[in-house]
Amino acid sequence: MRRVRLYQVGVIAGLLLLLEALCLAGVIDKITMPPPHRIAVDLVKLLLAGKLYPEIGKSLANVLLAFGLAYSTGIVTGTVLHGYRTARETLDPLFATYYAIPVFAFYPLFIVIFGLGDGPQVLIGFLLGVVAVIVTMLNGLDRVPRVLRKTASICRMGPFETAVHVTLPFCAPYLLTAAKLALAYAFIGVIGSEFIMARSGMGYEIGYAYTNFDNATMYPLIVLILLLSIVMNGVLTHWEKLLLARRGQR
Amino acid sequence: MGDRAKSLRNTIVLIAGLLVFWQLMYAVIGEVAMRSPWQTMRYTVTLVETDFFWVHLTNTLQAFAVALVLSVVLGLLIGFALGLHRLSAEAMEPMLVALYSIPKITLYPIILLAFGLGMSAKIAFGAIHGIIPVALFTLNAVRSTKPILVKTGRVLKLSPPAMVRSILFPAAVPEIFTGLRVGFSLTLIGTVLGEMFAAQHGLGYLLMNAIGLYNVDVIMSVTFLLVVFAAGVNGILLAVDRRLHFRV
Amino acid sequence: MTSAHVALKGVTKRFPASAGGQAVHALGPIDLSIRQGEFFAVVGPSGCGKSTLLELIAGLTPASEGQIEFEGRAIENEIPDGIGVVFQEDACFPWLSVRENVEFGLRKAGVAPDEKARRVRDAIAMMGLGEFAPSYPAQLSGGMRQRVCIARTLVAKPRLLLLDEPFGALDQQTRLLMGDEVLRLWREIGATVFLITHALDEAAMLADRIAVMSARPGTVIDMVETHWPRERDSRIVEQESFGATTSRLWKTLREESMKTMGRSAAAT
Ligand SMILES: Nc1ncnc2c1ncn2[C@@H]1O[C@H](COP(=O)(O)OP(=O)(O)OP(=O)(O)O)[C@@H](O)[C@H]1O
Ligand SMILES: [Mg+2]
Repeated sequence: MRRVRLYQVGVIAGLLLLLEALCLAGVIDKITMPPPHRIAVDLVKLLLAGKLYPEIGKSLANVLLAFGLAYSTGIVTGTVLHGYRTARETLDPLFATYYAIPVFAFYPLFIVIFGLGDGPQVLIGFLLGVVAVIVTMLNGLDRVPRVLRKTASICRMGPFETAVHVTLPFCAPYLLTAAKLALAYAFIGVIGSEFIMARSGMGYEIGYAYTNFDNATMYPLIVLILLLSIVMNGVLTHWEKLLLARRGQR
Repeated sequence: MGDRAKSLRNTIVLIAGLLVFWQLMYAVIGEVAMRSPWQTMRYTVTLVETDFFWVHLTNTLQAFAVALVLSVVLGLLIGFALGLHRLSAEAMEPMLVALYSIPKITLYPIILLAFGLGMSAKIAFGAIHGIIPVALFTLNAVRSTKPILVKTGRVLKLSPPAMVRSILFPAAVPEIFTGLRVGFSLTLIGTVLGEMFAAQHGLGYLLMNAIGLYNVDVIMSVTFLLVVFAAGVNGILLAVDRRLHFRV
Repeated sequence: MTSAHVALKGVTKRFPASAGGQAVHALGPIDLSIRQGEFFAVVGPSGCGKSTLLELIAGLTPASEGQIEFEGRAIENEIPDGIGVVFQEDACFPWLSVRENVEFGLRKAGVAPDEKARRVRDAIAMMGLGEFAPSYPAQLSGGMRQRVCIARTLVAKPRLLLLDEPFGALDQQTRLLMGDEVLRLWREIGATVFLITHALDEAAMLADRIAVMSARPGTVIDMVETHWPRERDSRIVEQESFGATTSRLWKTLREESMKTMGRSAAAT
């Protein structure tokens, strides 16, 4: 385990040092990318100044909203759909091809329908994430061993109790996987929509900084988004690992 | 046989359902923002007959083809290289997963700065979307080859290349193919996204331009074509994927 | 001792045809009468419908024809009270510790908390799992997990104990010792035991009566009484009648297997 950590730290440090060296040597020019240490300093400055907090807050609120909607809708839909075989088999081809579809192409349509507010952005994030949650949920429910359901029956538990005490606990790792997916897609949907057309938010600010050659704002913001998504993803992954380890899987 | 008839029936029911849904949405939302399925298809036919459409289409296909080759080649190389070495696999897998989950769309300004507006930027954008899933699926496929198969190879005294060629690769093919399928879809989405932000040609550009000009006909037709193409190819790849997995 | 605790009359089970397959006549018709407090064993070739028979009695699946009664009441698609089952497969909940798994058996029993804690402790100790109470199933061996399932079933003090090859995952020595354990339990709790096994010696050693089933669709082709005293343990394998019972079981099953194999050989 220690060796794995060391390896990972080594890879990250090596990449950062390489970038730093390339930037300082001028192989990567200043207009393309400031050296990593500069970005770090800019990020700290940006966070201390606090001028962009409203934008950051707005984007994160939309990300969380899209995540919450996709997650709750997906879990309920997945659970219900698991009981209806024909409906599920009919929707299967849709689920299988869904992620080949460029959902962003629908964004203009949503803007026309809902106006240029937060609605279309949240909707894109929701649409990207909800199917991943449904599919993961179905996948988890498929894997509940029949003998565990039978055991619940023998203990004379009804459908609701069985769901709460047997099926959902069994699916806990899948619920976490679904959360990771929904979160990733919420980020992509919201930030991406802000790039395409919006008047505020982190994506908008990045685009604005880009057009004004303002690397001191653009790079820290990009890094901030990446860090946020990696940290949230990491927390969920860690939790998932704990659950799986307890069950002797991996 | 029965299975195939059933899946055909499901697909038909699904397509019919989606068309009905589309028509209903059109009835509710109306001419301002949407076109009916019939109108869209009629306009699509007109669009397909124009020359400038073909210019954009070939441009997209070129970018996509190069991006796909890059995704597959680099993805397979990275996947095999890491998968064959236990420590590397263990250390890099979570990092690839983290990379897979970051919103790569935020990287577009950096790509633009690095590659400039044009072909190479959208190829790069497509490739960064596609490489990681191909690498990740390959890594896991190679890593999780049944130990008994590897032991069999060792008992037969296979050389390392022979081991890859006759045991590791064939055993990993179904999973690798799944990675290629996912990589295909994501590369396409990445390329089109790249065109939306970072190009002056291609279907993505056409779409973005139509958004700017608020040309609903073009928006609907291009979206329709993209969805049909993506869904069609994915359907074929999925069928192959199922067959490969069934073999095991 | 003579009243029927479980009674089956003309019970058959057919599974409807699924996609691409044809309907399966899995079992029956079967008539059985299991006495109160009896140790009853069922042996038969793999796939003959033993597990199906157990699920019918447990009320987990409805019979296609015929009637099943438990304590004088018909079982109709509802799990009757007072039944405990140890399934053939590993049925431990992987997210619960050994103690929590065993507690699960008392969810619906409406027992006071200290009584509950005591019973759980006793059941765990009885199965020799004392020091593993806080462990998770993944940390246990297959045989230990099976014992967790047995403990989980026993805490609820069932009046009818249905065991589906509970020792399938164990080696021969442990099997014999576990056999002794089950005999001791059976005497202690006074329940009726219905044991499915494919090991003929196990059936001959443990049971008062043994039903021999034919190949699918399973019917009862022989019924053997062992006449063992109630106080008995694995040492009865030394006795002459143990050998006689085992060889009688084998003779019946051998003829049965030969018949089916001959049939399938002729078919190909
Ligand atoms: N849900 C089901 N649907 C269709 N057929 C089934 C189903 N469950 C069991 N069967 C069939 O019924 C027959 C009896 O199965 P069962 O599990 O009762 O056998 P068994 O005697 O317990 O076998 P084993 O000794 O291997 O455990 C088998 O041929 C099996 O294929
Ligand atoms: Mg069985």
